[in-house]
Parts: sequence; structure tokens; C-alpha cells
Amino acid sequence: MKITGLLLMPSGWFIVLAALVLLRTIPALSAFVAAGMGVEILGLVLLIRSHLTPKGGNE
Amino acid sequence: MSPQPPQAMAETSQVLCILFIFLLPLALAGLALINTGLSRLRSAAHSMLATLCVAGVAAVTYFVMGFSLQGYPGLPSHTLNIFGKEWSWLGAGHFFMRGVPLDGSRASLTALMQLFCVALAALIPLGAAAERWRLRACCLSTALLAGITYPLFAHWVWGGGWLARLGQNYGLGFGFLDAGGSSTLQAVGGLTALSMVWLLGPRRGKYNLEGMPAALPGHNTVLVLFGCVLALVGWMGLNAAGSMLFAGMPPGRTVLVAVNTLLSAAGAVLAAAATTRYRFGKPDASLSANGWLCGLAASSAGCAFVPPAAALLIGLVAGTLVTYTVAWMEARLGLDDPAGAVSVHALGGIWGILAVGLFPRTAGVAVAAGAAIPPTAPGGQFLAQIVGIATLVGFVLPLTYSLNWLLNRFSPQRIPPDEERHGADLYELGAGAYPEFMTHTDEFSQW
Repeated sequence: MKITGLLLMPSGWFIVLAALVLLRTIPALSAFVAAGMGVEILGLVLLIRSHLTPKGGNE
Repeated sequence: MSPQPPQAMAETSQVLCILFIFLLPLALAGLALINTGLSRLRSAAHSMLATLCVAGVAAVTYFVMGFSLQGYPGLPSHTLNIFGKEWSWLGAGHFFMRGVPLDGSRASLTALMQLFCVALAALIPLGAAAERWRLRACCLSTALLAGITYPLFAHWVWGGGWLARLGQNYGLGFGFLDAGGSSTLQAVGGLTALSMVWLLGPRRGKYNLEGMPAALPGHNTVLVLFGCVLALVGWMGLNAAGSMLFAGMPPGRTVLVAVNTLLSAAGAVLAAAATTRYRFGKPDASLSANGWLCGLAASSAGCAFVPPAAALLIGLVAGTLVTYTVAWMEARLGLDDPAGAVSVHALGGIWGILAVGLFPRTAGVAVAAGAAIPPTAPGGQFLAQIVGIATLVGFVLPLTYSLNWLLNRFSPQRIPPDEERHGADLYELGAGAYPEFMTHTDEFSQW
């Protein structure tokens, strides 16, 4: 889960970069930037979940 | 490739800028006091010594290689040509700042300011990882931050890199705007803090068997609140010098910068005090201090570009945001962050970046940039800021996490759990911060 999250975040960033290079109109660019951000957030959620403190405490 | 250098500064502007830069150590002192005050008595000396060591390592590493990788508009840089557009992605200067005339030019003032800025960014993770981060590991991690992560992102924003040119290349407003470092300093430092909190795990005894967090209050609220005052002075210098160097502000407009900085901090602390009073019945001192600092962090990006009313609003949102996210991250995400650095610097910084896109005063930006208002579609500036945030989340966070993960594999970063109960002071330094001033007789022996 951690590795997947770490890979998803740059993948989302590459979608944003690709949109910048390939798209010219603001609406299309906005949509793809939003999609890229969505992928990044998915990766971030996976990374967060992989670090949740397990029940049992750290006494 | 060598982009056109910005116009030379008048002598009065140089003097003023140097004076602003000389205020920056107060931001370091403020942050150090806040980090120390919010950690427990058993690690106070370690926290202050780590501050000095980290600032030293950051400055030396940045001098050796950081500035050459960050560069400055007008200095050489590595570029890619993508479909006819130049993407400057890395500075190509000489190591040891060779070739930078330290004579009061813009490039030399930038180099001086950055030595302090990188130290400030490196102090942010110290607060988040307090009481359990080895001194040697702090220094090695700082070298990675000051030598790789910080200069790379700062080149993109302040060194004439591709983020700064989003307007020129793709018609997105004026490109990514950040006058005082909400992204380069605060968000980069805050995301590194998040990585460290994840990699080190919570302090011993922070979470009980049910996974509920225990309150481990800091040992000196007076230090924390005095640190906030020092930080304000330092931030005034940071935002004013940044506005002159990176946004091309004339000296007179630093009045707007100072007003915006103060209003943002004021709005944030009032919002934090009111919110904590509403939630807990009484204002909370440490969360209010976090609010103040979050207001400062959020003010930096737009201090030169937004009207004062917008700065106040930015502060109000920042102060409210921090009081909820600190508790939420601790309880729901299991993040043991004694100084609230992730909320204050990462989220506060990102909010500041976003606010520039929400409340732009285009004419003011044009004056600052010394340019005509560009023919851009509505929302172009907002989109440029979003691309900057996407870069922080999609590139900087995985990079800093991976670098510190690798470092942790070769050199364990956490103090051994058995030694943690004695405190970092005894384990690493051999003596406590207040040997003859024991407020609790069991301070050094309890969990």
C-alpha cells in the first residue's frame, strides 16, 4: 500500500505536466489538472493508511 | 541557457533589502523557542542544540551545492525544450557559490537570504519529530533537504524555473506566484516534517491500547508565545526581502507587505483563540500560538499581491484550519506532531499558495512584476497556483519521504525506545536543560 501510494503521487503529477504541455484551453486543462490532483490525493490516502497507528498502543 | 537578468537594484533598495534579511535570524530564534517550548522538559536542551546544528548544516550544505542547483534568473540553468517551450528544471551554477559576486547585486542578496531561508525550512521538521530524532540523523536529513529537495523546488519557483514561467509559456496568469516562501519554505519544510513523523512513528506512550492519543503538553508556554513574537519580526523581514527580490517590489510597497503579514497573523491568532474557546470552553495557548504561526506561514505567498482585507481573511481561515487539523491529525491519522508543524507549515503554506489564486489583485501583481497585465483567461492564475500545489504533493512529498526512508535504512533516525523514556537530553547530551530546576521529580523517569 505504501509503495502504491508513493507511485501514485508522481503519476498524478505527470498527468498535470502532460496536460500543461498538450492542452491549450483553460477548461480542458482544468479538467486534466483536477484529474491529476485526484490521482495524487488517492496516493496520499494510501500512504496515510499505510502509516495509521495499529491498535495496541505504543506503551 | 541564461535568461535575462532582472534589473539592477538601486543602492537604497540594496540597503533596505539587507536590513530586511538581517531580521531573518529572529524567525529562526522564534521557531526554535516554539519547538522547544512545545516539547517536554526532558528534551529541551537537545531541541535547542539540534536547532543550531541543523541551521549550521543547512547553511554549509546550501553554500556548497544548494545555491548552484537553485540558481537565480540570469544565472545558467539546465533546460528542456518541450514542444517549443523552454522548461528550466535545475540551476547550473558552480559549487561553493563560485561566480556569484557578493557585492550587493540581486543574485548575491538572494544567496544571502537563501542561507537563512534554507535553515528556517530545516527547522520545521525538528518540531514535528521532537523528542525522538537523533542529533546525527537530524543533521544528515537536513543535508538532504538543503542539498537536494529545497534547491530543486526553489529553482522552479524563485530561480526562473518552469513553475515561474507558467504564465510566459502557457498563459497561466503571471505564472506560479510566491513572494515570501509559503511553498518553498513552509510547504517543503512541512511535508518533510510529515515524512519524518511517519518514518519515526509516535513518541512512546502517546497512544494507548485503544489507539487513543494521550496529551503530552509542552514544558514552557512562555517560550512558545515569546517565540511567536520573535517569529513575527523575522517574518516581516522574510516577506519584505522576498517581495523585493522575487517579486520585483519597489521599496515603498514593503509597507503593504508588512501590513498584510501582521493582519494575517492577527486574524489567525484571533480565529484560533475564538475557535478553541468555542470547542474547549477556554482559549488554548499552544493552539493559539500554532494559529499565529500558521497565519504567518499562509501570509508569505500573497503578502505582496493581495489587498489587506484579503490578508486578514487568509489569516482567519488559517487560524481556524489549524485548530481543527492538529487535533484531527493526532486522533484520526495517528500523527504525533508535538509542534503541530504539519498543520502549521504544510497546510498553512498550501492555503497561502491557494489564496494567491483566490484573491489576486492583478494590477498589484503587474506593478510588482514590472509587466503589463497579461492576456490570460479567467482562472489562469488560480490554475498556476494549483499546478504548484500538485508539484508539492506529487513530487516534493514522495521525494523527501524516499530520501529520508533511504537514510533511515542506513542510519536509524530514531532514539532507541528504551532510552526515549529518559529523554533525548540524557541519552544524547548526557545532561538535562535545567539540572537544578526540577519542576516534577519524576520528569526523567516517567513515561
